[in-house]
Amino acid sequence: MSDATHSSTLRLTYREACKQSLRQALIEDPRVFLMGEDIGRYGGCYAVTKGMLEEFGEERIRDTPLAESAIAGAGIGAAMVGMRPIVEVMTCNFSLLALDQIVNNAATIPHMSGGQFAIPLIIRMATGGGRRVAAQHSHSLEGWFAHIPGLRILTPATVEDARFMLLGALRDPNPTLIFEHVMLYNIEEDLDSSIRAVDIDRAKVRRAGRDVSLIAYGGGLPKALAAASLLSKEGIEAEVLDLRVLRPLDTAAILESVSRTRRCVIVDEAWRSGSISAEIGMRIAESAFFELDAPLRRVCGREVPMPYAAHLEDACLPQPEGIAAAARELVAPS
Amino acid sequence: MSRVHLDHAHMRHLLKEMIRIRHFEAKCVELYQAQKILGFLHLYDGEEAVSVGTMQALTSDDAVVATYREHGQALARGIPSSLLMAEMLGKVEGCCRGRGGSMHFFDRGRRFYGGNAIVGGGLPLAAGIALGDRMQGRKSVTACFFGDGAVNEGEFHETLNLSMIWRLPVLFICENNLYAMGMAIERADAQTHVARQAASYGMPTEEVDGMDVVAVESSARRAVEMIRDGGGPRFLECKTYRFRAHSMFDAQAYRTKDEVEAWRKKGPIVRFQGWLQDNHLITATEITAIESEVDHEIADAVAFAERGTLEAVEEVERFVVMKEVPA
Amino acid sequence: MPALGADMEAGTLVEWLVKPGDKVKSGSIIAVVETQKGAIEIEVFHEGTIAEISVPVGRRVPVGTILAHIDDGTPPSPLPPVQVEISAPVGKTAKSTGETTGPPVPPRPSLGLIAAGGARLKITPVARRRAAALGVDPRNVAGSGIEGSIRLADVERLARSVPERPRHVAGYDAAAMRAAIAAAMSRSKREIPHYYLTETIDLGRALAWLESDNSTKSPQDRLLPAALLLKASALALRKTPRLNGLFLDGEFKPGEGIHIGWAVSLRGGGLIAPAIRDADRKSLSEIMSALRDVVERARKGSLRSSELGSATVTVTSLGDRGAEAVTAIIHPPQVAIIGFGRIVTRPWVVDGRIEARFVVATTLAGDHRVTDGHAGGLFLTNIRDLLQEPDKL
Repeated sequence: MSDATHSSTLRLTYREACKQSLRQALIEDPRVFLMGEDIGRYGGCYAVTKGMLEEFGEERIRDTPLAESAIAGAGIGAAMVGMRPIVEVMTCNFSLLALDQIVNNAATIPHMSGGQFAIPLIIRMATGGGRRVAAQHSHSLEGWFAHIPGLRILTPATVEDARFMLLGALRDPNPTLIFEHVMLYNIEEDLDSSIRAVDIDRAKVRRAGRDVSLIAYGGGLPKALAAASLLSKEGIEAEVLDLRVLRPLDTAAILESVSRTRRCVIVDEAWRSGSISAEIGMRIAESAFFELDAPLRRVCGREVPMPYAAHLEDACLPQPEGIAAAARELVAPS
Repeated sequence: MSRVHLDHAHMRHLLKEMIRIRHFEAKCVELYQAQKILGFLHLYDGEEAVSVGTMQALTSDDAVVATYREHGQALARGIPSSLLMAEMLGKVEGCCRGRGGSMHFFDRGRRFYGGNAIVGGGLPLAAGIALGDRMQGRKSVTACFFGDGAVNEGEFHETLNLSMIWRLPVLFICENNLYAMGMAIERADAQTHVARQAASYGMPTEEVDGMDVVAVESSARRAVEMIRDGGGPRFLECKTYRFRAHSMFDAQAYRTKDEVEAWRKKGPIVRFQGWLQDNHLITATEITAIESEVDHEIADAVAFAERGTLEAVEEVERFVVMKEVPA
Repeated sequence: MPALGADMEAGTLVEWLVKPGDKVKSGSIIAVVETQKGAIEIEVFHEGTIAEISVPVGRRVPVGTILAHIDDGTPPSPLPPVQVEISAPVGKTAKSTGETTGPPVPPRPSLGLIAAGGARLKITPVARRRAAALGVDPRNVAGSGIEGSIRLADVERLARSVPERPRHVAGYDAAAMRAAIAAAMSRSKREIPHYYLTETIDLGRALAWLESDNSTKSPQDRLLPAALLLKASALALRKTPRLNGLFLDGEFKPGEGIHIGWAVSLRGGGLIAPAIRDADRKSLSEIMSALRDVVERARKGSLRSSELGSATVTVTSLGDRGAEAVTAIIHPPQVAIIGFGRIVTRPWVVDGRIEARFVVATTLAGDHRVTDGHAGGLFLTNIRDLLQEPDKL
């Protein structure tokens, strides 16, 4: 007779989920090692890798000097010769220093070499605003990287995805960038312990609805869900689609949702001009134009370098009220 | 083994390797002017001793990272000239299926990791290759070639520093030809002694006469032996000169013809061949035979390339997203 | 630019007879258009003021292009025109066509629904597509969408309100019916490139056979010539299926059966064309009974929605008191209409001699997007041949 009281859920934070996924990677595959600034002795800027230096040692948890380009490039080289490096760039803000290696080497060598090399490299980065750390530390550049062929861009927005998307990326032979939104590290959710893996290809409907599709990713997901709650009180049922992967975009899921609800609001923290919201909107216009019952709308970051003052920063980021208002205007115009 | 074993066979080999590069580059000029090679073409004339000398110190288990001026490294490493020609003619039979061109040669089997068009872009890669090899228990050395221009890029400094603190098995070879495109080193570098810049990271360095193939080989062998012994990275500054322009579009307004002529007179082939002849270590007949062999090889390579086929356009996206890590 | 004759695909605007601000009424001539057949005057059917001239003198434009806008002074009215002939695809009610299956078929670029007052209609893509599929005209609907746009719910509400009226209606609203006919016929003339073919058919044998057959029947069972004409038309349609069906969403959809709409004129004005379903499979007696039945119920106003919505083609027969020939207007979304004139006696050549014969002028109006004169000609020839062997009908 089995123990019927065995708990089948585990509650943990997003931060803890990131850490467990790294630990599992290191335990299961001896080719995996980590490189990054302050991931070892310091325990990680966002405390994701706390305790891991003690557990896995210096060979596999490598503190690096402040040299993003060298670190990214070293990761690429090591991946080319058989290792499975996981590079941490402290935040996507510093990834600008590694752009050449990421774009001109990681994304490009498989193609340039005529398929002789794959680059099974993972680069993790914290991303996004909301922590009052001002303009140079608050960027959302996922959309920029999603522009580059050869890269896979993951934006886990739930604890489950934080726990398992990295492991999916490890099995993928292509360079993968994983963006962890700074406002998500502290969220806590239940994990279904029967889940052992997730896909890294498809978007997921987090909340089904019939009146309007709210398309979000990363830090925008909780805001879209909050907006959906607000709208529900008014009798408007919003569907919330978590993109999960920005490259390749799950266009089929986007079109399926919008073709059903016929209205769409895209939530994108990045500055609107030339953002991923523009790409999503364009794909909808290209392939689902005749399904639309309202113009396409998006709620994006205000086009301003992120200000420090709290009220200003809040005004520059998408918020649930703003998302709800955009959706409401499409469904029940005033 | 750090001593250069200068028997006749080896001497002939060194000379032939250099002459092959020189003649190959001449053929590239011809093909470029006939618009069969397109885009950017950066020729190696004058620097042959650096590649040829260094490659003598490396085994097939070692790794090579080069720059966009890589024909010398590629040939000296043993990539068949036919594959290189086909690549530059954009044919699918080329080493990279026509996707890379002159600046992006890759050869997995020969551990040749590019070809990089970004100045300094290969250095972090070399550090990663060295790290990855060591972590997997290999005794390989990664030879990383770059020019004096790369020395000013941040990636140079980041990589030297990182390689030192992690004691990575990298042989850094700076081909100091005194010009970064059109920028003379005196105008670009606060410290024109490149080796001293490397030494500031605590890295063992050596300044080498890059026009002397035997000197290069000797220094390279010494350095590689030390690296393989676990001594950490080493730095060779090879002083050399490029006889041709930076690329095919260069009017060379930044240096005088006299300067170039002066260097030609003390070029690596002139010096080595002259030395061999002066010391009766090689005959004129042998030299003619070498040149003939080389020219035949290159002619065959060109014929191979011209016979080659163009990859179907439908295949263009095939290697953007890899389905698996090649075995 | 109306279709002014067979094969007309475009016309050149050669003269404007009005300018913005001029008042016009139904019948006013507003422009002259040059066609292959010469210069033709363009007549309007609305009262109002010319708001905007859209095509300049000298421009050649395709049939269907908006030439001018007339402001009739009324705000968009919520009363939808009653569309009794424009209906859902064969076999389905208006409601059931609300579902879309499969990938959306982009509608042929329409003529640009113009709202009253001349502004371009603000309507969402899916609403526009649904309106076309349901055969409803959204121009007079107030949009409830953002920026006042007409959206899906508005169109679906409009469509739902339409079939309610003919469902079990006893009697008709003459004004509404006139408006519906006007809308349908105007639309037909705007959108359908008509071509016309006429065949004068010798009915000697047919009428002789009829007289003989009727002599064996009691009065209530006797056949009228209409039954023969209808049956011949139905059988001929089997051989020319592209005249039988609907033009929807930019393409021809063949009818699932041959359901002939029989045009019935109503006392007090008005026209209705209830369907005789599967006319090709009915016997002459069955057709005759069906004809009697629908004509009676049509005049009483108790037709069924299935009869009103399901015709795949229309036949209009002028009967004893009509003109010699009728060149009819296709009822959209059908693609053909067959007109029979009055049966008359005319001189006819038989074996080199002139004799008096009963003949009927038979005119086919076909939708040139779907068929050409060749197919139409074959069709008429078939009817002619069928009517020469009336015992086989």
